[in-house]
Amino acid sequence: MTLQDLRVLPAWREALRPNIWDVVALLLVIGAMVLIVYGGEQTTLPLSTLQVAPVSLDPIHLPAYALRTTLRMLLAIVCSTVFTFVYATLAAKSRRAELVLIPLLDILQSVPILGFLTFTVVFFMNLFPGNLLGAELACVFAIFTSQAWNMTFSMYQSMRNVPKDLDEAAASFHLSGWQRFWRLDVPFAMPGLIWNAMMSMSGGWFFVVASEAITVGNTTVTLPGVGSYVALAIEKQYLVAIGYALLTMLLVILAYDQLLFRPIVAWADKFRFETTASGDAPTSWMLDLFRRTRALRALSRPFAAVNRAFSNLHVALPFRFRTEPRYAPPSRLIDALWFLVIALGTATAAWEAYDYLAGWLGLGDVLAAFGYGLITLLRVIVLIALATLIWVPVGVWIGLRPKLAERVQPLAQFLAAFPANLAFPVFVVMIVRFGLNANIWLSPLMILGTQWYILFNVIAGASAFPSDLREAASSFHLKGWRWWTKAVLPGIFPYYITGAITASGGSWNASIVAEVASWGDTHLSSAGLGAYIAKATEAGDFPRVVLGIAVMCILVTLFNRLLWRPLYAFGERRLRLG
Amino acid sequence: MLDPVNQAKLIDISGVCRSFPKGSGEDLLVLDNVDLTIQAGEIVGLLGRSGSGKSTLLRIIAGLIRPSSGSAKCRGEIIQGPPNGVAMVFQSFALFPWLTVLQNVELGLEALGVDSAERRKRALAAIDLIGLDGFESAFPKELSGGMRQRVGFARALVVHPDLLLMDEPFSALDVLTAETLRTDLVDLWIEGRLPIKSVLMVTHNIEEAVLMCDRILVFSSNPGRVAAEFKVDLAHPRNRHDAAFRQLVDTLYARMTQRAEPKAPAPEAIPGLGIGMALTHVSSNVLSGLIETLAAPPYNGHADLPVLAGQLQLEADEIFHLGEALQLLRFAQLSEGDLVLTDAGRRFANLDTDARKKLFAEHLIAHVPVAGLIRRVLDERPSHTAPEARFRNELEDYMSEDYADETLKTIVSWGRYAELFAYDDQAEMFSLENPH
Repeated sequence: MTLQDLRVLPAWREALRPNIWDVVALLLVIGAMVLIVYGGEQTTLPLSTLQVAPVSLDPIHLPAYALRTTLRMLLAIVCSTVFTFVYATLAAKSRRAELVLIPLLDILQSVPILGFLTFTVVFFMNLFPGNLLGAELACVFAIFTSQAWNMTFSMYQSMRNVPKDLDEAAASFHLSGWQRFWRLDVPFAMPGLIWNAMMSMSGGWFFVVASEAITVGNTTVTLPGVGSYVALAIEKQYLVAIGYALLTMLLVILAYDQLLFRPIVAWADKFRFETTASGDAPTSWMLDLFRRTRALRALSRPFAAVNRAFSNLHVALPFRFRTEPRYAPPSRLIDALWFLVIALGTATAAWEAYDYLAGWLGLGDVLAAFGYGLITLLRVIVLIALATLIWVPVGVWIGLRPKLAERVQPLAQFLAAFPANLAFPVFVVMIVRFGLNANIWLSPLMILGTQWYILFNVIAGASAFPSDLREAASSFHLKGWRWWTKAVLPGIFPYYITGAITASGGSWNASIVAEVASWGDTHLSSAGLGAYIAKATEAGDFPRVVLGIAVMCILVTLFNRLLWRPLYAFGERRLRLG
Repeated sequence: MLDPVNQAKLIDISGVCRSFPKGSGEDLLVLDNVDLTIQAGEIVGLLGRSGSGKSTLLRIIAGLIRPSSGSAKCRGEIIQGPPNGVAMVFQSFALFPWLTVLQNVELGLEALGVDSAERRKRALAAIDLIGLDGFESAFPKELSGGMRQRVGFARALVVHPDLLLMDEPFSALDVLTAETLRTDLVDLWIEGRLPIKSVLMVTHNIEEAVLMCDRILVFSSNPGRVAAEFKVDLAHPRNRHDAAFRQLVDTLYARMTQRAEPKAPAPEAIPGLGIGMALTHVSSNVLSGLIETLAAPPYNGHADLPVLAGQLQLEADEIFHLGEALQLLRFAQLSEGDLVLTDAGRRFANLDTDARKKLFAEHLIAHVPVAGLIRRVLDERPSHTAPEARFRNELEDYMSEDYADETLKTIVSWGRYAELFAYDDQAEMFSLENPH
């Protein structure tokens, strides 16, 4: 073969000549790959390496720890996405699957995630005995369970709300189920999915810190990562290390935002379902950089082709798409059988659970757990009320000033990712120093990370408040209390409710971490369901863990159904502007 | 083996009925025993009021919904799912907003598994044909309504369908854009440059049907039936001001208002509609305005519908709704494509606001049974209140949920104007108490 044979077409040669952006982009890509490979290698080491090289408080290790933690979160979000595609599609496309999957998702959403750790750690450790991979997977799974549900719900709702005309167009142009999924369902669901993935990522930090250093009964596994670094710092009462960890987290969150989410949001802007071009589209320097590269773009063309071929594959899907439910009336016999199977399954599970728990626990335990549950419920209510009193006025004030709102939003996003553990030192020291009541003064930890959702949403609501209504209010001399109750509060109500639902759900979860706090040898705990579950987990008392989780599920579900859902429906029906 | 006669029939619909579930559990018949055949080489128009089932028929042919009974065949085969060789253009364009113009056009070909080189070639040809050159890489949201619908046409034409289905393709466009697109399309059709054999279009615009179609089927409503068929023998390009054109438009107007005639030709004959009368919401403001317009010169109480529609810039369908509402309340009468004020209507035009409300209230109670029923129930009950559900349930015995919604909305709005009763939307309660 001569050199001349290697000649490419002139247009191609031109396209392949790299420009300056290519160099930068290439460095970024290679760097990311190296880091992923390095981080990945570490996870398959035998478990004994943990003893040889235990987590150290020396800040020199922090970058490596941060990398490990970042990769765990990345893996978890990938798993969540795959799970979302499968689960949401099944629920949206099959009526019978939907009957089971959606209520199940509702429950999963309200299950305290940290309660899961007990079972999953044991399970995954047994899957890969003596290897780090088991513990890693357990940790990833814990993060996954904090991320997946809201993404799945968002995707399911999008898929059920695909506009009818696009649905008909897809059918009338003979798109196969597989093509339809990639061309219609996924793009349509994309904006909601990305927004929820970002929320999930913020929430995930909370659980990383809790799940990297796991103690279940006699087993303690400490995976190298920012979370275990924090845990060690708390144990050793080393305040400076807490500061380092905080800084690291800040940097990682910033990197995630700039390198991952911002490009995705900017790219996904085209999926926003709107018929007219809107004013300002989100931008990302990262995306611009890759869009300006020449050689890299030319080289990526085959991938685009592969991607297109992938979405055009003729894959038979295992379920039928319901284009028109009325046409083929569902077979009643199969329906009946299906209900029978569900009923039997539920009854068996209930019996198994009862059988297991009855051997260990009596009615007294159940009542005690409910009692603790009510205490935690009271805490959640009081804290949400307090957070509302503080953040609604602040949020409105900020939201009505667009420039300020723009700057505050990223800050609130960071604060939402702030794990309660990092605030332990302050709280524990204060409580001990001033002899305060732990039952009251530990409570604020529960809402530390979640109150920001209220602020977020109120800011969003106030920014969206129509300026003509504001002008009308001021031209009719609406002032003071009247201005709040007649104009602004109704206007932001739907947004506020969305934020409050998220905040209250998060607070329930946080109670497991927040109702017991320690700083060195000082262990404080307050009476509540969270502390109940945390203590049972530490003692390896499975029946009480199960009981605690079950009680929390019931309370959260009731709380949502009886309070938040009706309020949400009311807000959507009466107070949604525009 | 197909016999030659059957082969010529692209679409063969016979005895097709279609019903949809209604609130009360029974089914609501929207298509009743419809026959239709489409041969190669013709443009067929389905003309009718909203709710006449013409869109349903189009969707049956598109394989998107199935008939409840009767047979729907495409090239001799029973339609089960979207048939090959049939493509559709949508009223709302139905473009995928995340795909460029080119990608949108290529979509149908990808679904057919056409290889990429051929795909690109055919897509560019279709884009060229429909006048979208230069817009290949634009996203739909960057385009105006007219350009978007051109993409809709290109996407349908690129698969070279035998039959092009059009569901009110111009009704979401402004008047000028729609006209340009119509004439472009007709030009391409008569020049034989469209890669299609036949067109079936649904419309409620009478002039549009006469301008484009070779054959027009007029649908009557509730349930939808083919009320009449007209052949249009005018040569293309057709001139709207041509006497024969105007003649046909007038005939069609008359034919479409005729349906309403048995409803109220004379005050004593409202046959069997009673509570089950489905109302279309028309604002009382618009009604007053229309009565004033009719009473004033140049109409002086008597207007030709096409002329009135033209002056008010209304679609035929909209002017029918208005006319029927006036007819229902006995303020005017529809006949032979004309709208004539009654004595009450003339009186109404000359009254002040309070007197108008009074007259409106009298007519509402006398001629709209639901209004009378609500007022009676409120008068009888000691509390003078009644939940909306009380009347909704009764309405849903006769009509679908959507129609019941619309009817209640109309009654609430008219009742409020007439100050017959009050309605609390939050509590969903009717009452006699107006806030003082």
